[in-house]
Amino acid sequence: MRRTRTARLALLGLTTALALSACGSDDEGGSAAPAPEQTTFEAGTTMAAIQERGTIRIGVKYDQPLFGERQLSGDVEGLDVEMGKIIAAKLGLAEDDIEFVEAVSRNREPFLQQGQVDLVIATYTINDTRKEVVDFAGPYYITGQSLLVAADDDSIGGKEDLAGKTVCSVTGSTPLERIKTEAPQATVIEFDTYGRCAQAVLNDQADAVTTDEAILLGLLLGAEEDFKVVGEQFSEEPYGIGLKKGDQAFRDFLNDTIEASYEDGSYQEALEATVGQVQDELPEGPPVDRY
Amino acid sequence: MPFQYLDELAEGFLTTLSLTLLSAVGALVIGTVLAAMRVSPVPVLRAVGTTYVQLVRNTPLPVLAVLFALGLPVLGPSFGFFTWAVLALAVYTGAFVCEALRSGINAVGVGQGEAARAIGLGFGQTMRLVVLPQAFRTVVPPLGNVLIALTKNTAVAATISVADITLRSNALITSSADPLGVIGASALAYLVITLPLGLAVDRLEGRVAVVR
Repeated sequence: MRRTRTARLALLGLTTALALSACGSDDEGGSAAPAPEQTTFEAGTTMAAIQERGTIRIGVKYDQPLFGERQLSGDVEGLDVEMGKIIAAKLGLAEDDIEFVEAVSRNREPFLQQGQVDLVIATYTINDTRKEVVDFAGPYYITGQSLLVAADDDSIGGKEDLAGKTVCSVTGSTPLERIKTEAPQATVIEFDTYGRCAQAVLNDQADAVTTDEAILLGLLLGAEEDFKVVGEQFSEEPYGIGLKKGDQAFRDFLNDTIEASYEDGSYQEALEATVGQVQDELPEGPPVDRY
Repeated sequence: MPFQYLDELAEGFLTTLSLTLLSAVGALVIGTVLAAMRVSPVPVLRAVGTTYVQLVRNTPLPVLAVLFALGLPVLGPSFGFFTWAVLALAVYTGAFVCEALRSGINAVGVGQGEAARAIGLGFGQTMRLVVLPQAFRTVVPPLGNVLIALTKNTAVAATISVADITLRSNALITSSADPLGVIGASALAYLVITLPLGLAVDRLEGRVAVVR
């Protein structure tokens, strides 16, 4: 009896050791992520502080397909996540050194103000109200309000065709208010998620879903047979990288990093791997706004 | 102008009121039929009644509402969102009406049913003429609770695009600069329905109480 237990313990020890060594060798292997660069930064800057700490905390969305979506494996994927990886690499950090934290629209400003994250890259539209409390680098992607309709519906080619149609958006959102003035002849219905709006279109209870095209593209992912995005965008939403207000050196570094990623192709690669899944013609990186 | 949005809230109030009235009627009908099924001598009817109550009573109402409004249309039927809301509320509340009523039926003395059968009444007649009238009298207070809960539960219609008090106030909170005023006004609007309802139930209770 006792001997068996000892044998089991030994076996357990052996397995643990093997598992640990396996982990070790995995780390050596590395991944396809941009290779960390060895740059040194002036002491006292946020960049030097992050490098010193050895980790960077980035707030991303967990529920926004193509931009920041948490997979069943626990990994977060999307363009925002890829931008975070590009920045971390510039700081000399490996992919494993990035700590992604879930940011929802309401907690993005407090996260930055309280220093709970270093950056927020979470489909974060740059606007004047927000500029008063946080700083923005970028934009790195520009989207705008657009329409999602059933794939076989040719009667809607843009917001001009919405008279007499039913349009769906999310309760309390800006796109919902905007569509009421942009298409006053349309009937507007509302749910609390865009997924439910998409279901209403499938059921013929609504003719179109309207919100930022970036979000519509996310709805399109995996449902390319059912839906299509139509018409010109009728608003402009530049997505930026949020950082704590007043950190000019860090902001310059981020803007430089975004520009460098346009030039060395890593931005296009990131765009291809994410938004490229549902869109053939990908936009150029928008010029950064050093306001 | 603190009360500039009262017009819009008033429209929402009418919607909430009609949601409440229509689904209350539906719930009372469904609940009565279910209660009769649950105490009937036919095993199949009892099983159906029990299954209904257990399934519906244990499903969160917001889930039921979306299931009705967006799920059932997949299978064919197409109604407006208002109709779906009334159906979901009636089906859900019916289960609670049934249970309240059943407790009343169980409170009617066994001798009443036996006497009814002794003079030759069938199950339907026994229920309709003897048991249910007495049962309804004892369950006025719990039924009042169920109806007041129903009134507040109508707020779930806001999640399926029915422009009731809650949906209108959600929109007003974003568009007006007075969120607390809007929330306060919408709370008052619900009270305008629930307070008189509560008083009516109290009076009814006093008038129909069985003196034993």
